[in-house]
Amino acid sequence: MTASAVVLGPRPSGRWARRLSAVIIVAGVVAVLLPLAWMLSTSLKPESQVFRSPIEWIPSTFRVENYSEAVTLIPFWRYALNSLIVTVPVVIGTVLTSTAVAYAFARMRAPGLRPLFFLVIAAIMLPAEVTLVPSFLLFKELGWVGTYSPLIVPAWLGGGAFNIFLLRQYFLTIPREQDELARVEGHSFLSILLRVIIPQSWPAISVVAALTFVDVWNDFLGPLIYLTDQKLYTLPLGLNFYKDIYNTQWAHFMAASLLALLPCIVIFFLAQRAFTQGVVLTGRR
Amino acid sequence: MAAISLTGVSKTFTDGTVAIAGLTLEIGDGELLAVLGPSGCGKSTVLRIVAGLEVPTEGQVAIGDQVVTEVAPGARDLAIVFQDYALYPHLTVFDNMAFPLKAKRMKRRAIDQRVREVAALLGIEALLHRRPRALSGGERQRVAMGRAIVRSPSAFLMDEPLSNLDAKLRVQLRSEIRTLHRELGATFLYVTHDQTEALTIGDRVAVMRRGRLQQVDDPQQVYDFPANLFVAGFIGTPPMNLLLAPVEQEKGHQVARVGNWRFPLPEGVQASEIVVGIRPEHLGVPGFLHGYESSSAQEVTVLETETLGSVSLLHFPIEVRPVLLRDDASSSSFVVGDSPTVVIAAADAQARIAAGSRVAIAADVSRARFFDAQTGAAVGQRRPVSTTPCVKAL
Repeated sequence: MTASAVVLGPRPSGRWARRLSAVIIVAGVVAVLLPLAWMLSTSLKPESQVFRSPIEWIPSTFRVENYSEAVTLIPFWRYALNSLIVTVPVVIGTVLTSTAVAYAFARMRAPGLRPLFFLVIAAIMLPAEVTLVPSFLLFKELGWVGTYSPLIVPAWLGGGAFNIFLLRQYFLTIPREQDELARVEGHSFLSILLRVIIPQSWPAISVVAALTFVDVWNDFLGPLIYLTDQKLYTLPLGLNFYKDIYNTQWAHFMAASLLALLPCIVIFFLAQRAFTQGVVLTGRR
Repeated sequence: MAAISLTGVSKTFTDGTVAIAGLTLEIGDGELLAVLGPSGCGKSTVLRIVAGLEVPTEGQVAIGDQVVTEVAPGARDLAIVFQDYALYPHLTVFDNMAFPLKAKRMKRRAIDQRVREVAALLGIEALLHRRPRALSGGERQRVAMGRAIVRSPSAFLMDEPLSNLDAKLRVQLRSEIRTLHRELGATFLYVTHDQTEALTIGDRVAVMRRGRLQQVDDPQQVYDFPANLFVAGFIGTPPMNLLLAPVEQEKGHQVARVGNWRFPLPEGVQASEIVVGIRPEHLGVPGFLHGYESSSAQEVTVLETETLGSVSLLHFPIEVRPVLLRDDASSSSFVVGDSPTVVIAAADAQARIAAGSRVAIAADVSRARFFDAQTGAAVGQRRPVSTTPCVKAL
């Protein structure tokens, strides 16, 4: 597509369409990056200069100490560790169980499997808020409120409708003959999943892992509802301690937020690399 | 090594499609049986049932003396080669070939040795470190074969293994498969829609239509003595001419009359009409039709000629009704069309006949076959009394 557009360059309408799309893209990028830029700039300012008008995009005095102070004003590393304690098992559980469920939906034949799949798909359309109260009551009944269990355990029970759907669709692109050949050769279903399906599905699996990581790492509502002990707080909850009823320490808040954001950025770039690598690997025929 | 037998096997899919109906078929130990038929005739389903990838609705499958109808695919000790080869793109050729051995939990050193042994047999040692996408079609086909051979299975199942290759490569690999079959001495079930492939490769050929077995015989028998109109019309390029002819009495014998051609019928034909089948190579210009038991010639107008080098195909009309094969889902495989019939004769190219010319065509009446005009079954099928070759080897 792009290549043919370049070849067709001299056609005037094509050129204007390209210019217009460039303008739209640049506008979008600016809209996304502006808050980030403000965040970065604020994190390096003395507190007194934060709301100076007009906005100083490049601070007149750089205050790098904001960062070292931010991580000591609140138990930042403790919260970061707590976030990891929640996020890592959730990512592992989501990847493992959604892969298994998606494989079953993609490959196994059983009566009732199709309606069951549509039921799972329907769950994508269910807003999380709808199930909030019933799930809370359930976890309270189980005595899990105040622990990480309500945040982690559900991820090990299927890994979410959207992830199942994404992986199933990906698995369907792998020719069924590959499974059948392995079956005739004496491989079990699990062996086929591990040796045939998963090695060819890294693009989809890394997307699921990356999206789940970012989702859980940034989750505010879940921890807010289920965690009662401040020692167990995750980063999104912990960041709130820069605010109190009288004022907010914006510079420290922004510095800590940027630090909290770093893992997501790293994950994003890693996933992007895995994605392209996976695509090269699976180039079929 | 083992024989494979299917007894009364039927397969109806959940949507009601009947893929196979009452199939009984025996594949001898070490035999190469080619299953031939148009697409949708159920030939691939036969292979998948033998492999265990489909469970038959009825009937029994046995490998050797063991009934395997309900046995899992992996426990049947078979190897399979698919049309698309199903090689794993994420593994090298070596790992693809080692894959089935890993399921057997073989030692790494033994796997290595076996893979190299088979690679040497197929001449693909140089490809072992490559990935499938870096291979040509023919190379991929060989790797797929290698992957099947490494396990030394009791039988090989091949589902159109040459269909993705170009014509020249297909011819070459056809003879390679024959050689391989001879060397391995294993049982082969070979599914194809290509009649040349089936006839050249099979020890025997099983012809199927709409889930039913039409004929199973050695390739020459299938060509010379088709069991019914479907086989007669399906085998041969161009196919057998099928003409509906009246049955007449002549000098105390029954004959089928097609213009000037009179075909003596076998004993005991009751019908007033019969379908005469005559292959194009058994029609020709008198004088160029050597040593045949030829009938009197009849004059025809040539509509069209196709030159094939050794022979010319002459298309000409004859005032009889043609028998046409049906392609639809009807139970009957044929229908009688309207007169005239365009008949094809394979005349000696040296006769140099041009389109539009009038020419006398004779028929080798001894080579004609007859079919019941109602059922389509062969009438008075004569098998050769002895199998001694007509021309003795020097």
